[in-house]
Amino acid sequence: MLKWLEKNLPKIVMAPAVGLIGWFVYGFVLWTLYISFTNSKILPKYELWGVGQYFKLWGSRKWLIAVDNLLIFTALFLIFCVVIGIILAIFLDQKIRAEGVLRTIYLYPMALSFIVTGTAWKWILNPTLGIQKMFIDWGFENFTFDWLVNREMAIYTIVIAGVWQSAGFVMALFLAGLRSVEDEIVKAAKIDGANLFTVYWKILLPMMRPVFFTSFVILVHISIKSYDLIVALTQGGPGISTTMPALYMTQTAFHKSQVGLSAASAIMMFMAVAAVIIPYLYSELRRENAR
Amino acid sequence: MQDKSQTSYKQLEMKSKYTNMFLRWFLYFALILFALYFIFPLYVMVVTSLKTMEEIRQGTLLTWPSGLNFESWAVAWGGRGYGAGDTFLRPYFWNSFKMVVPAVFFSTFIGAMTGYVLTKWRFKGDQWVFLFLLFGCFIPFQAILLPMARTLGVLGISNSIIGLVLVHTVYGIPFTTLFFRNYYISVPTELVKAARIDGAGFFKIFFKILLPISAPIIVVTVIWQFTQIWNDFLFGSTFSFGKAAPIQVALNNMVLSSTSVKEYNVDMASAIIAGIPTLIVYVLAGKYFIRGLTSGAVKG
Repeated sequence: MLKWLEKNLPKIVMAPAVGLIGWFVYGFVLWTLYISFTNSKILPKYELWGVGQYFKLWGSRKWLIAVDNLLIFTALFLIFCVVIGIILAIFLDQKIRAEGVLRTIYLYPMALSFIVTGTAWKWILNPTLGIQKMFIDWGFENFTFDWLVNREMAIYTIVIAGVWQSAGFVMALFLAGLRSVEDEIVKAAKIDGANLFTVYWKILLPMMRPVFFTSFVILVHISIKSYDLIVALTQGGPGISTTMPALYMTQTAFHKSQVGLSAASAIMMFMAVAAVIIPYLYSELRRENAR
Repeated sequence: MQDKSQTSYKQLEMKSKYTNMFLRWFLYFALILFALYFIFPLYVMVVTSLKTMEEIRQGTLLTWPSGLNFESWAVAWGGRGYGAGDTFLRPYFWNSFKMVVPAVFFSTFIGAMTGYVLTKWRFKGDQWVFLFLLFGCFIPFQAILLPMARTLGVLGISNSIIGLVLVHTVYGIPFTTLFFRNYYISVPTELVKAARIDGAGFFKIFFKILLPISAPIIVVTVIWQFTQIWNDFLFGSTFSFGKAAPIQVALNNMVLSSTSVKEYNVDMASAIIAGIPTLIVYVLAGKYFIRGLTSGAVKG
């Protein structure tokens, strides 16, 4: 008995973690999946109802708006974060004085919650006393900046705040990547007459392919999950113009009491994330095994 | 003839020196411009929180406050003292602490243990177990909100700090496991093997060999978990309301509560109060914060 215990101690120590994750992650996702096939309203019902909720979901205007917004947000969020992140990383890589201070400044938004920064951006972007007033007081009398309360433009204010929060993160990833390249490669290229621009464009950035891949995965996954920022900045408004899937899910579940429908939307989100993450984890693990 | 070519070479050198200097200036100019862009919201928050509403209406976002007026801070922290309907952050701030400390402790401890087993007591299929845990880093929490709400109800701990501690501990395990596993994998296994031959057991090896060298990764993990849990809004707003809410939820309620007059100075002071603990940690231990951020990302 004691021998058995001793032999299996590592597995026994592992058991709580595996059990908790098995139950609270995989079990719960399966439960949500099951509920998405039922006609649950306020309380979950367990008779199967088929794929009706998915038809309802994809026939709902609000969900289509949410998906549309997600695509717009993800595309812009990705492009701006990666471009700004790369520019900052390359610039900081030029033996800059006070690099530490600048890096700290570029990255501090990551330490704050989206609720805190969303509150700040909401104040800055509000048309009566915010940026608009600042420019008018400076003499640009016809300056208007009312994106926050404009149905067509409100989604872009979320992009502004999101990029501001996360661009420094991409910078940190690329800076770590650039620093891990051996100096010899850059020196050799310079001896061959390549200028700095060519060194980065032709040699270093192509070497950063894994970092691009990582940034892509992380940013897409942040944007699919984005919830706090929208709550703090627009609550999905004006109207429903800035709804995104995560907000749709919680509203449908907890305000509209459509548990089955919200489970279906949660499963759609889960599948979107899985489609991005599983290939990523697979390739990471393969790279590790190859080492 | 030779002279001429030499001077032109010198001219060329001078010219490239000037372009270089110009490029350097441009570089610093651009970097400072970006820094201003990143600082801008923080600056506006601080400045606004120190103004009176009158000053806010008269000046612009950037106007310097007339003095160090901490009244909005006092109101945000302790209220106005008129009883019912007076919302302020103090109790929620402590709620968050009561939630964060145990959740960080438990998730870090469990992560250290699993990371230790996965690297030093390897068994068949341990890679799959790791992957099984790792995937938990990425699941959109919307997919577990409904069953979690019911489970907390069944356990009788919905709308309580204990419930939130449980939630944050569980969903922190994938991250803490990742951190410790990636750290311990670089510790030579020979060390452990030698200790095993000497008769040291599972826990003795952990406490005598691995724990003493784990300080950096413990710091990284604790900072990561602290920041994540302190800043969480989704779980807090779904599983708690009223008096049991953590600070981010209280902040959001305070800002949204539509009294007749919007007090932006109090809003900004509240936002700063809610952000200050993580900001302090970031400034004091930025190196470890960044390490967590990049290793948490690069490897999952």
